Amino acid sequence: MNLLEVDDLVKHFPIHEGAVLRRTVGQVHAVDGVSLALAPGETLGLVGETGCGKSTLARCIAGLHPVTSGKVTFDGQDITNLSRSAMRPFRRDIQVMFQDPYGSLNPRRRVGSIIADPLVIHGVGTSKERRRTVSELMERVGLNPEHYNRFPAEFSGGQRQRIGVARALALRPRLIICDEPVSALDVSIQAQILNLLKDLQDDFGLTYLFIAHDLSVVRHVSDRIAVMYLGRVAELAEADELYEHPRHPYSDALLSATAVADPDVADRRERVILTGDVPSPIDPPSGCRFHPRCPRAKEICSAERPALEGAAHLTACHFPIGPDSPATRNAPPAADGSDRDDDQPVDGGTR
Amino acid sequence: MTLTEIRPDAVPDNVIAGRSPWALAWARIRTDKVALASAVIVVVLLLLAAAAPLIAQWSGHGPDDQFRDIGITEQGLPVAPNGTFWFGTDRLGRDLFIRVLYGARVSLVVGVVSTGFAALLGVAVGLLAGFYGGVIDTLLSRLMDVVLSFPYLIFAIAIVSIAGPSLTATIGVIAFYSWAAIARIVRGQTLSINQREYVEAARSLGASDARIMFVDILPNLLAPVIVLVTLLVPAAIVFESTLSYLGLGIVPPTPSWGNLLSEAQGFYRVAWWYLTFPAGSLLLATLAFNLLGDGVRDAIDPRTERLFNRRRGILRRRTGGKRASRVKSMEG
Repeated sequence: MNLLEVDDLVKHFPIHEGAVLRRTVGQVHAVDGVSLALAPGETLGLVGETGCGKSTLARCIAGLHPVTSGKVTFDGQDITNLSRSAMRPFRRDIQVMFQDPYGSLNPRRRVGSIIADPLVIHGVGTSKERRRTVSELMERVGLNPEHYNRFPAEFSGGQRQRIGVARALALRPRLIICDEPVSALDVSIQAQILNLLKDLQDDFGLTYLFIAHDLSVVRHVSDRIAVMYLGRVAELAEADELYEHPRHPYSDALLSATAVADPDVADRRERVILTGDVPSPIDPPSGCRFHPRCPRAKEICSAERPALEGAAHLTACHFPIGPDSPATRNAPPAADGSDRDDDQPVDGGTR
Repeated sequence: MTLTEIRPDAVPDNVIAGRSPWALAWARIRTDKVALASAVIVVVLLLLAAAAPLIAQWSGHGPDDQFRDIGITEQGLPVAPNGTFWFGTDRLGRDLFIRVLYGARVSLVVGVVSTGFAALLGVAVGLLAGFYGGVIDTLLSRLMDVVLSFPYLIFAIAIVSIAGPSLTATIGVIAFYSWAAIARIVRGQTLSINQREYVEAARSLGASDARIMFVDILPNLLAPVIVLVTLLVPAAIVFESTLSYLGLGIVPPTPSWGNLLSEAQGFYRVAWWYLTFPAGSLLLATLAFNLLGDGVRDAIDPRTERLFNRRRGILRRRTGGKRASRVKSMEG
C-alpha cells in the first residue's frame, strides 16, 4: 500500500480587492489537479521552475494550507483539511524540512531547544530524556552535541540545514517533505546534505518527497521524478528513465538546461531554448498549460487538457517525444540519443 | 564532516565562545560612550530619587517644611542657592533641592509605571492583531487609530475633571495614550515574523497558537519593544510634567517637576534657580533616557549604524575620516 496518496489536489488562492467590502477578483491556480503516490521507503523527486506550485503542494500535504479540492491520504487515512487536533497525530509522521537554512531556524533560540521543539510539542519524554535524544540526533546528523547551547547564527548554512534535518528527524517520522533542502547551499555542501539524507533514509526507512528546481540534484536522490509545470504534473517516471528518455517537451527543455561540467559535452549537445516567460498562474493557458511555449504544439493542445497517461512512464502530452517522434532539434535524431548519454549533471561526480 | 570531528582539538570551545544576540548587543553598547554616560545619569537619577527620604532626613529638610526664618528674605522672596539650601528655596521657603528630588520620584514612577502598563497592553494587543489578522486585526487596528487620533490634552482634562487629579489618573492617562504606538509596531513586526519559515516550521510540528506566539514570536519582538520603551519613558516624563504644569497631574504640595515649573514661572525674574533646577532636571532626565534609548537601538539593531553616525557628526568625522583614507589606500 502507498504511504501517501494525493488525488486530484487543487489549491487556488483567491485574490481579494477592496479593504472593507472585500470581493474576490481572481484565483491563483497554484496547484491544479495533481495526483501522486509515494510507496514506503521511496524518494519521489518533484521538480519545476519557481512558482510552478511545488512548495504549495508540499504545504497542502503537510496540512499547512487548506486544500481547495482533492484528497490527501496518508497510510490509508484521509487527512485532507483535518482540524488542528485531528491533524496532530499525523504531524508526528509527516515532517517538513524547509528551504532556507537562515529563515527556518528562530534566531533568538538555542539550537538544542529548536531541535527539541517537536519533542516538547508532542510531549515526548522528560526534559532529561529529551536532552539526551537531542544530543544523539545532533551526533547523528554530524553536529557536535556540545554546541547544544549555541545560536543558529553561529552555524554555517550547511550546519544549519543539519539542524533542520535533526529537527525533522526528532519524532521518527515516516514521511519527510524536503522543500528545496539544498537549493540555498554551496554545491559541495549540497552533496553532504544529500548523502546525509540518503543515509538516514536507509537507517530509518524514511520516505521522502523531495522538492527542487534543479534536476541534477533530484536525480541524485530520487527513485522517481515528477516534473511540474504551472500547477500540473507534466511527466512522472523513474529517475533514469526520465533523464534518458524524457517524453514531455517541457522535461526535455528543462533537462537540456542543466549545467554540464565537461565543456566538450556542453558544446556538442543541443540546447532547447524556450521562448517567452512562464504564463501567469492567475490566468493560465487553456488546454495544455505548456502549449504557448511548446515547439510541438498543435491546435488540440490549446483546446484539450492532456491526461497524465502511461504505465510506468506517465506523460501529460498530446504529442510526447518518443522513438517514432523525436524531439524537434537541429541535430539528427541518431546523434540526439548518443548526445544525451554523455549528459552528466554537474552533481554527478558527488554520487 | 565537521572540523571538530576531524580534529576535535582544532577549535577549542573556550576560544570561540558562543555569544547570544543579547551578549553581542551588550558588547556593542559598551563601546558607545554616549549611551554609557546616559546610563550612568539614569542610574544616578534613579538612586537619588530612591534615596530622597534618606537625603531629606540627613539634611533635616522635609519636602514640605517651610523655613520662614532662613528660607525667605526680608522682602518675602526665595533665597538663592547656598550651603544650607543647595538649589535655593521656593516661594514658601521650602528646600528646592529636596523638592526636586521628590519631584524626580514622581516623574520616574509615572514614566516607568505608565510605560510598563502601555508596553504590556501594547504587546498583547499588537500580538493578537498581527497573529490572528482578519476581523480581529481590523477591530484592534481601528481601535489603535482611534486612540492615536485622540487629542490627548482634552482627553486628560476630561478624565481629570471626572476622576480628579491624582497620581493614578496621571499614570492612567499616559498609559492609555502610549499603548497604541507600541501596539502598532508590535502588530507590524508580528505580521512579518508570522511569515517566517521558523514559524511555519513550528506550525508544521503542531505547535499551539499560544506556543507560537510566546516561544517563537515574542522573543523576536523584544528588541523593538525595548527600544520603544526606552524612548517612551522620557516622553511620559515630559507628559507628566505638562499635565502637572497645567494643574491636571500631580497636585501641590506633592512636588513634581511639572508643578515646580508652574509655581516658578512668577519668580523667574527674581529667582533664577527656582525655574532653572526643575527645568534642568527635566532636561537632563529626558535627554539621558533618549540617548540611552538611541544607544540601545543601535546596539540591538546594528543596521541603524549609518543613522547613528550621521547623528553624531563629530564622531563620524573623526573615525570616518580614518576609514575613508584606509579605503582610499586600498583602492590605490
